[in-house]
Amino acid sequence: MKIAVCVKQVPDSWAEKKMVNGVLDRENVDAVLNDLDEYAVEEALRIAEAHGGNEEGGSNTVTVISMGPERATEAVRKALSMGANDAILVTDPKLAGADALATSAVLAAVIAQGGYELVICGTESTDARMSVVPAMLAERLGAAQLTFASKVTVDPTSSKVSITRVTEAGVDEMHGQFPVVVSVVEKINEPRYPSFKGIMAAKKKTIESKDLAAVGVSAEGAWSLVADATPRPPRAAGVKVTDDGSGGTQLVSFLAEKKLI
Amino acid sequence: MSNVLILADFVGSKATKTNAELATAGARIGEVTAVVLAPAGQGAAYAASLNRGPISKIVVVESDAFAANGVAAVADILAQIIAAQSPAAVLIASHAFGKEVAARTAVKCNSGIITDAVDVSADVTATQLVFGGSTTVHSKVSHGTPIITVRPNSIDADISDSAAAVETLALQVTDASKKATVTSSQPPVQGGRPELTEANIVVSGGRGTNGDFAAVEGFADSLGAAVGASRAATDAGWYPHSYQVGQTGKTVSPQLYVACGISGAIQHRAGMQTSKSIVVVNKDPEAPLFEIADFGVIGDLFAVLPQATEGVKAHKS
Repeated sequence: MKIAVCVKQVPDSWAEKKMVNGVLDRENVDAVLNDLDEYAVEEALRIAEAHGGNEEGGSNTVTVISMGPERATEAVRKALSMGANDAILVTDPKLAGADALATSAVLAAVIAQGGYELVICGTESTDARMSVVPAMLAERLGAAQLTFASKVTVDPTSSKVSITRVTEAGVDEMHGQFPVVVSVVEKINEPRYPSFKGIMAAKKKTIESKDLAAVGVSAEGAWSLVADATPRPPRAAGVKVTDDGSGGTQLVSFLAEKKLI
Repeated sequence: MSNVLILADFVGSKATKTNAELATAGARIGEVTAVVLAPAGQGAAYAASLNRGPISKIVVVESDAFAANGVAAVADILAQIIAAQSPAAVLIASHAFGKEVAARTAVKCNSGIITDAVDVSADVTATQLVFGGSTTVHSKVSHGTPIITVRPNSIDADISDSAAAVETLALQVTDASKKATVTSSQPPVQGGRPELTEANIVVSGGRGTNGDFAAVEGFADSLGAAVGASRAATDAGWYPHSYQVGQTGKTVSPQLYVACGISGAIQHRAGMQTSKSIVVVNKDPEAPLFEIADFGVIGDLFAVLPQATEGVKAHKS
């Protein structure tokens, strides 16, 4: 199987984020591989390992696909150190400020060029948090959309992929035929830590850099524009009492006073 | 007057209260047409359950593909209706399913998309709270039909009765939208409590519960509240992951959020700090969550909550 994993480099989710000129300031924060994409890399590796492996001579390849600035190679390298075979990074100054629609157009073009049967994503990035790119990819690729998976079963012989979809609406059993786009929720697995051997091996793996012309997509920029972004005033701390045996009663008085009960 | 589409939101065959919120926002922009997508033969029943909010018209499409093929089938029909009606905006509930429908619809219609809006104004400017609620952003779609998903519970809804005219449209889901097949669907196990993201009140437990959620649940039930949990509690296996509030879980913004035994890591704050009122109960006076609490009790939740539970019951009786 040719498996693609889409990953994104994001500002460290513990870092303070700011908007500059209507877009997220990515320059001045630590950047890491999106936490939620590690589950996607792990799942891709597990699927490959269950069906003949992705080592040299194995019957599968796991390719990491990303879009971002040059420095996104760090996040891509982490995915390679976990065990992915190679990577494609689309990087182009015209893509600065690209929205989910432009991102999905670029990723879909790369996936279509590579002819991947199985595309695996995280459910969302911890910066934009839209959760829309996997569905957009399925739409653009004409692939079966199997998203929010807490379990993925692949049968390479019959090209069938089955998942358990878990959302606030409940639990669905779903399936589709290659090509499919899967997104995985974080409880699906425990991502491996890159081993020393994996880290050393990743240094020699190929990260193919492509610009927009090579991908064959024109830069769309963003179809939604930020008019203004204002930091909200910090919440002022309110009343704090120490429980002297009447803490619960005081709490109820507060709720009654605020008409919350 | 311009036309605004809302994608009617259902749990099973029952319209959710989010519909009145979507309609209220939509009515600021134009006349609201609700799109009801129902299983074959059930359009009239689905439409009849959509009876609140400023809805001028209901259009119904019946197909078993909505349940059998999920997001792709819904986006297919919604895009066909958008193409026929050229609405000024399309508003959809901002949950996993709604956001995915919006995503595919935006691609099909070559339109910009905004997700997780907490408000939408008459000129179709969306308000979002980003970075865990620390920043307010106003944005507009600059290309195509604005497709905006609106977070449940964010808009004060006009819940007056609506008596919208119902029209059935004969549209077909195309085969290209039937590539994924749903073979079974189980509703979430709820235990009679409101849905976490829709609840007016949420009571959450964290590390301080030591795995015993009885006091948290008891207090929640006295308030008619949903129960949430911190990541520490769900990671420890004390409460199901689907109840996790925080950066990697649900984002909630209820009228009242009660955090019990939760210290308040950024991870947790990101999921709850837009709540209108915040109450914190924690033994540790240094717990960071006290900084954003409207009312804090430094004390043992196993003493404070049962007393508060009795107090709420007495107040209500």
